[in-house]
This record gives sequence, C-alpha cells and structure tokens, in this order.
Amino acid sequence: MTDLSKRSLFKAAAASALAASLLMACGKKEEVAPAAAPAPAVAEAPKPEPLKAAWVYVGPVGNAGWSFAHDLGRKAVEEKFGDAVKTTFVESVPEGADAERVIRDLAQQGNQIIFATSFGFMEPMLKVAADFPDVKFEHATGYKTAANMRIYDASFYQDTYMAGVIAGSMTKSNTLGYVGSFAIPEVLRNLNAYTLGAQSVNPKIKVKVVWVNTWFDPPKETEAAQSLINQGADVLLQNTDSTAVLETAERAGKLAFGWDSDMSAFAPNAHLGSAVVLWAPYYIQTIEELKAGAWETKRTVWGVKEGMNDLIKISDNVPAETRAKVDEIKAGLKAGTFEVFTGPIVDNTGEEVLAAGATGDQAWRDKVNFFVKGIEGKVPAGK
Amino acid sequence: MEPIALLIAASLNAGTVLAIAALGLLINEKAGIVNLGAEGMMLCSALAGFAAVVHTGSGLAGFVAGMAVGALLAAIFGVLVIWLNTNQYATGLALSLFGGGLSAFAGARYVKASLPEQSSFAIPGLSDIPFLGSAFFRHHPMVYVCIFLVLGMIWFLYRTRAGLVLRSVGESPESAHALGYPVRRIRLLAVVAGGALCGLSGAYVSTVYTPLWVEGMIAGKGWIALALTTFATWRPARVLLGAYLFGGVTMLQFHLQAVGVNVASQFLTMMPYLATIVVLVLISRNPTWIRINMPTSIGKPFYPGS
Amino acid sequence: MLRLEARAQPSAGWAYGSPLLALVITVVVGVGLFVLLGKDPVRGLEIFFWEPIKSAYALSELVVKATPLLIIGLGLAVCFRSNVWNIGAEGQYLIGAIFATGVALQADADSSRWIVMAMLLAGALGGMVWAGITALLRDRFNANEILVSLMLVYVAIQVLNYLVYGPWKDPAGFNFPQTKTFEAAAQMPRLMAGSRVNIGILLALAGVVLVWVFLFRTRAGFAQQVGGLAPSAARYAGFSSRRALWTALLVSGGAAGLAGALEVAGPIGQLTPHVPVGYGFAAIIVAFVGRLHPVGIVFSALLMSMFYIGGELAQSRMGLPRSITGVFQGLLLFTLLACDTLINYRLVWSAPAKLQAALSSGLSLQSNTVGSAVALKDGIAGPRLAEEKN
Repeated sequence: MTDLSKRSLFKAAAASALAASLLMACGKKEEVAPAAAPAPAVAEAPKPEPLKAAWVYVGPVGNAGWSFAHDLGRKAVEEKFGDAVKTTFVESVPEGADAERVIRDLAQQGNQIIFATSFGFMEPMLKVAADFPDVKFEHATGYKTAANMRIYDASFYQDTYMAGVIAGSMTKSNTLGYVGSFAIPEVLRNLNAYTLGAQSVNPKIKVKVVWVNTWFDPPKETEAAQSLINQGADVLLQNTDSTAVLETAERAGKLAFGWDSDMSAFAPNAHLGSAVVLWAPYYIQTIEELKAGAWETKRTVWGVKEGMNDLIKISDNVPAETRAKVDEIKAGLKAGTFEVFTGPIVDNTGEEVLAAGATGDQAWRDKVNFFVKGIEGKVPAGK
Repeated sequence: MEPIALLIAASLNAGTVLAIAALGLLINEKAGIVNLGAEGMMLCSALAGFAAVVHTGSGLAGFVAGMAVGALLAAIFGVLVIWLNTNQYATGLALSLFGGGLSAFAGARYVKASLPEQSSFAIPGLSDIPFLGSAFFRHHPMVYVCIFLVLGMIWFLYRTRAGLVLRSVGESPESAHALGYPVRRIRLLAVVAGGALCGLSGAYVSTVYTPLWVEGMIAGKGWIALALTTFATWRPARVLLGAYLFGGVTMLQFHLQAVGVNVASQFLTMMPYLATIVVLVLISRNPTWIRINMPTSIGKPFYPGS
Repeated sequence: MLRLEARAQPSAGWAYGSPLLALVITVVVGVGLFVLLGKDPVRGLEIFFWEPIKSAYALSELVVKATPLLIIGLGLAVCFRSNVWNIGAEGQYLIGAIFATGVALQADADSSRWIVMAMLLAGALGGMVWAGITALLRDRFNANEILVSLMLVYVAIQVLNYLVYGPWKDPAGFNFPQTKTFEAAAQMPRLMAGSRVNIGILLALAGVVLVWVFLFRTRAGFAQQVGGLAPSAARYAGFSSRRALWTALLVSGGAAGLAGALEVAGPIGQLTPHVPVGYGFAAIIVAFVGRLHPVGIVFSALLMSMFYIGGELAQSRMGLPRSITGVFQGLLLFTLLACDTLINYRLVWSAPAKLQAALSSGLSLQSNTVGSAVALKDGIAGPRLAEEKN
C-alpha cells in the first residue's frame, strides 16, 4: 500500500521546506520593521507627495448604509484636497483576525492615516498601531486609544429622537417597532431616544423591539420587520444596515425610516425620513489636522451641532406642525440649547435612571443599559 | 388572533422555500443520487433570479433564470457523478462550496440593489375570511404552486410509468439496466430536474421572500431541505408537512421575541437546527423503516459494464 | 470520438498528477476571470502566488493561516479514509475555541504559562465532545452523520453567540459582544518577534508525523481504513466498525477543537462572534486536495492559505471582491474530483458506436472484473448508510 522511499522523500522535502522558510523568517526579522516614513527625503521634489489615507469598511459600500456613508466621507476628502491626498479603501473586511492583516498591509503600503469603521476592528488596529508608531490610526465607535490611535463616534440618538417625534405623530396603532442589531449602549440609546421623542408628542405609544444580532442581514431584517408588523407596529425604525426593513414596510403599507444614509428612493410611500450620519466634516478636519501636524489622540463625539448627524428627506406626508417641531429641535441641537436626555427619565421597571432637572452627559450616555418606560420587554442582558 | 394567523402565513411562506428545494432533492434521491450541492445551487439561482428581475423587471424571468442556473449546475454535477463516477458526497460538497463562492463573487455588484415594487396578493373573496383569510389566502402564487408541485410529484412517482421507471432505477439500477432502460440518462434527467426545482426555490428566496441579494442569504436552507427528504422518508406529502413545520419553527423565534418572551434569542435561533437533529434521530432509529422507504442505490456509483 | 476507458490498474502517476492538473486548470480559469473583470492577469497571479511568500513576514502569515487548516485537515483525512463523513468540523472548531476560552477566563495576571497547555487540551476535549454527539447519534440511532454534524455547526454558532453576548461578556467592554482579551499568560507564546507564528505550527507538524504513523504503520490505522474501503471485508476480519466510527469522529473532532483553541489563544486573543470563518469547511477541501495523505495535506493547506491571503490582497490592491477566494477554492475541489477520474480511467479516441458495441460485448467479461475492482478502490466508495442495512 505504501511506497516507503517516496513517502519519506516527500516528508523530508516538506519538512525541510518548512524549516527553511522558518529559518528565513528568523533571519530576516528586520525586514518586518515598518517602512511607513511618509514624505520623500528629497526636499526639492516639484510637488509634495500626496498624503495617503486608507479606509477599512466592515461591509460592502453598495448604495446605502453604514459603509456607504463612510465612503461618502472619503469621497468628500478626495474632492476637497484633490491631488494632495490619495485615498484607498478596502470593503467587506471581516472583523477578527483577518482584519489585522488588512490593516497591517495598508500601513505597510505607505498609508499615513487609516480609518477603521467598525467596532470589531478595535483590537486588530491596536496591535498594528503598536508596530507602526509613525502612522495615525482612527477607530470609529470604539473605546480604546493609543498614542497614535484615536476614536471618533456620532450621535445617532439625536436623529432617532427626531424620528420618534415624527413616528409619534404619524402612528395610528400607537405601536412603534424597532429592529435592533445588538443590545449595546449605542443602540439602546437610539432606541430610548426614539421612544422619548415619540412620547413627547404622543404619550400613549408603546415600542416593540426585535433583535437580529447582526449589523447586516437583509433576510433576517425582513423577517424581524415582518414580525413587528404582525404584532401591530406601523412605524418602524432600524439600527441595521440594509434597506430591508424599509422595503418590508413599503410592501405592508406601513411607515419606516431610512438609516445611515438617504434611503428615500427605496420606499416612496413608506419613507418618513432618513436618520443619517455625515462623516465628511470629521474626515476633512482630521486630514487638515494631520497636514498641519496638529493630530493628537483623543475621543471625538459629534452630532447635529457639528453637522455629523441629521434627519433628512422628511416626507411631505408629515403634517406641518410636526415638521415645525422637528425643525425647532434641530435648531436647539445646533445651538446646543436642547438636550435629548433630560430628567426625569424612568426605565420600564419603574426605576428612575435620570433625576429631574439633570441631563444625561457623555458618561451617562455611554452606560445606557435599560429600556425607558414605554418599551416592551427586557434588555436582553447580552442575549 | 390576527398575529397567530400572520404567523401561520409566515410559516407557510418560509416552508414553501424548503419544500420546493426538498422536492428537487427528492427526485434526485428517488433515482439514487444524493446531491449535497443544494446550498450552492440555491445560492447561485438566487443570484440569477435576482439579477434577472433587476434587469428585466419581470418576476417570471427571475424564476426561469433561477431554474436554468439550478439545472445547469446540477447537470455539471450529474455528468461528474454519473459518467465519471466521482464520489457523490465529495462532488456535492464541492458544488456547495463552489456555488457559495461563485454567487458571492458574481453577486458583489447586486448587493444593495433593489427590485421594482411588488404587488401584494390576495385571492378575492377567500382572503376576507377572518383569520383563515390572513393565514391561507394572501400568499404569493408560488405558495400555491408548491402545493400543486407536491401533488404533481405524487402523481408522477406513483401513478405514471415514467415515475415507476425512475423509482426502479433508484432501487436497483442494475436490474433496470438489464431491462434495457438507459439508467444513466434517466439519472441525469432526475438530477437536472431536481436542480431546476432547487433553483426555483433559490429564486423565490431572493425575489419574493426577501427581495434582496446578499452573499450567503440561503443561510443553510439547502441543508435543511436535504434533511427534510430523509425525515419525510422520501414521500412528497410528508416533505410538504415537514417543510411547513420547519418554516414555523424559523418564524417562531422572531414572533416570540416580538411578543416579549424572555428566552435568549440565540436559543430561539437554534430551534430549526435542533429540531432537524431530533427528527433525524427519531426517523433513523428504526432501521427497518428506513430500509423500506429509502431508495436502495442512494449514493452508490453505477457501472453499466458490470 | 473521445471516451473514457477503464484502466486495468489505477494509475499511480495520476494519483500525484491529478491535484497538480486541477491546480493548473483552476489557475487558467482564474486568469480568465481576471481578464473578464478587466484586471491585469499577470498582476493577479502575482498577488495570489508571489505576494504571500515574498517576504519573511508574508511567509509567517501564510504559516499562521495554514496551521488551523492543516490541523483540521489531518483529522478529516483520518475521518474520510474511514468513510465517516464529518462535515461539521466547523462546529467542533468553535466548541474547541469555547472550551479553551473557558479555561483562559480563569486566568489572572499571576497565572502560570502552563495554562496555555490546559487551554489546548480543553480545546481538543471540546471538539471531541461535539463530534462525540454526532458519533453517538450515528452509533445508537443510525442518524446520518453528514446532516447531524452539519446541523451542530449552526447550533455551535449560536452557543458561541450566547456566551459572548451573555455570561462571558467583558464587563469592561461597553456591553459589546466579546470576552475580555486574554491575560498575557493565556496567550500563545510567539515563536519569534515580528510575526504571529506560534507553536501551533509545531503541533501541526507533529500531527503530520503522528497521523502518518497511525494510518500507515499501525494495525489500528489499517483497520480504520479497511472499514472505510470495504466494510464487509472489515467485518470478516473482525475489525470493529463501531470503534472505527468513534475513532474517526473523536480524532477529527479533537483536531478541529485543538485548531479552534490555537486560533483563539493565538491570533485572536479573545472570544468574539467573529471566530467562525469557515476553516472547518475549507479544511474539507484541504483534505481532499491533499489526497487524504498527511504530507499532501501540508502542501494543500499552504496552497489554500495562499488563496485566502491572495484574495485579501487582491481586494485591497486590485479592487477584486473578496469572494474570489471562495471561487478558487470551490473550483479547485471540483476540478480535482474531475481530474481524479484520470486515475481510474484513461481518455481514448475510439471507433464509432456500432463497432464499439461489437467489441464491448466481447470485452464485457473483462470490464466486469475491472468494474468491481474499481468500485472497491474508489477510495470512498459510497456511504455506509445503505451498506449496513444489508
């Protein structure tokens, strides 16, 4: 059955090949050192070499959604800086061990600043940042930083509050629906703000939530939306990345909102407004800081005031009175006079989570782990 | 009551996907061929169907495209296992893996594309009956087509000569060959027909069930369909009932969440798969039962010379 | 016209040549794909076959990627040679990772480095437990192991999700679904600075030797394979098919679990919902392309890793979709299966049909014996499903 000599030969060959490569790896340790020095040494270059910036997306860019919104920001950078900046992007990078390789490759390719646009890139980025001290790393929605890595985030809850105001005034069944991705503070914030906004114009509403445990899974999002509609919800909001929820609402004759980017084209009848995030102002400012040598590590959280969030393309079916209220809130947010989370706020077990007269500041908002009164069910304690 | 009616409706809808694919696999297995490539075929057909609707605007075109792609992939599989006698399990697996990769690759530009608006369906009169109307009479035509397919399959297999020949090929290809039947050609026909049905199911998923394309969207339904044929002991009517049951279990998890039942959602998501295992065990426990119902030549290669 | 004619003896040359031919065909199709997409095929080939090996760092990444594939592939080789179809290696990989995490989470800043050994053992144990379920259901209830092991993959994914969203969630992690990063003591020691290679590769190579010895030099290994090739003969010789079943599943489950533990203790360093990446399924291809032989699997694991890494690089450097990796991998298996026919058949130009019929009736007696010999040698000749019921 076996040919001893051939087998042994193969084995020896394989073993030595592998050993050789490992030895090579040991010997050439220095080659791994990052060659990320940005500008060319020669100062007489006629044009300064373009600044290389890279973006890492967790999903496909497509034509709507989270990664699409980031890509709009990237394109804005290209438009603003022209030849002075060269951008690249890699899409559909899975969060996990592979992300490290992608980020490292981008750093090795000479990019001076890398933006990673999903929570799951945090650990991989940290590891690469440690190996490339001259490259700047930016991580969205995370919480760990380093000397050359900083974090940035948006304030979707401001959008969802306004959406809630519209939902509260448009609902006929007084039941609102929310398709949630993961029960993390950010999503819980958005859900709570939605509820509070709706309650401010319609105290009778209640909110039902279904968790899909994913950011992007159109079939699941469709099923979740359908089951909310089956339970009587007639205005839906989502915290997931596709147009599935909106389109399901359209088919069922219900109402819904777009998320992350303008989704009005996907549901002419159902679309009430899109809760969007606009990354362009932040990206442009960051590149300017980098060029001016003023980049430093910190945490940036922007919202409507800084032009990062907005509720756009509000449908003509929304009554003028509601629209005026939304405009008023927007103006208040821009001026800094309006706060979404102001006490008293009671959670749906009856406990007070924010005292009367107090406002929920960043620290409070980071720890949101409850449902406000009016939301049915319990926070899946990690479920 | 209405939510329950809607849950039943959703279960029927979800079950239709499984049933059509399982019927396709049933034809294969009645002829003695196991096609583990169901998942890959469904994925590619889902993409083909979706793309066809995007480009032509016609739902029918979507179904035809799906069936064509399913048949084509099945034909390649068929040639390999029937004429080249490659191992059926490995080849089927290869088809699944390849189909997954190919669909993801070719479908990259269709992610986040959307389909033209869909009409809603209702059988006039019947759909207004309280409860029953919402549960049974407001479905896309394919749900009803599926039921007819099952009836047609029963008639074909057990009431026609062609069906008898097919079954005999599955029971003993050697005897059928001795009687002069072109065993390999019959098997290929069965494989292609089965592939077309899997393709129809795949196209239904991407154009009606959740009208979107995203890679991996079949999410294991092809494998569940395979399991369905086994625990329906290769009988079409049982395939349909089993499919509806499964559809129900799948929809139940979201229904329970929306109602507020406080079970970890992951356990709810596990339900269809655990249910498959349980039923498989129950069915397989009795070897006689299996022996009576299973086409004897399943999985075995056939050599006409011998 | 071209037709296939059975060989009197399976061709040894084609046994080695078939994977190579399959690779060549896959590459040719790949070049075609590149051209179709308007990309430079030479650059494409360069990215897939040169970039992953051109520097020490690249090689180390190749090794890191190949290690789990190699380990799981070895286990599957034992399994498939026994005609047990374990399709659920992915699930066993995950449960192994979970068990290892369970041990890792017990560590604190002062734990000894030996906890890593405990983690690896726990991982192998977890994989064995999960595969054991499949073995039990097959042993006691005749449930088809393909379907059971596959369903258990989906169940394992949900178990993983439950743990990282619930009891094992990092309390300092802002409620994000992931465990805390493992303490330094609970992370795999790296073999050399600057690369992610750890002792996993050494374990894998040791596994290659062990599996080779088991399969080709021990009576137990022989019994294992005979059970797969010719169950009736095995029974006649007194080899227990039950033992073969359990051995096959426990070995492949343990291997997959070990691989899971290595990944989680090594490159990932924590348990997250992103641990399932499909290694369990890719390893099936690795096992086949490696001809179910330990040494062949080393090469096929490296080859598959090149596809993975090449695909990633192709995405960032050439803008190709990441899924091109899946296309190549699936295509490789397909073409391999097709090329394998050349082992047992040869392509001949032959005379038209009528003459053929006259000849074949005379030759039918000869091809009869060839046919059954081929059926036996057809390695993985049909499932036990039907066989055992006899």
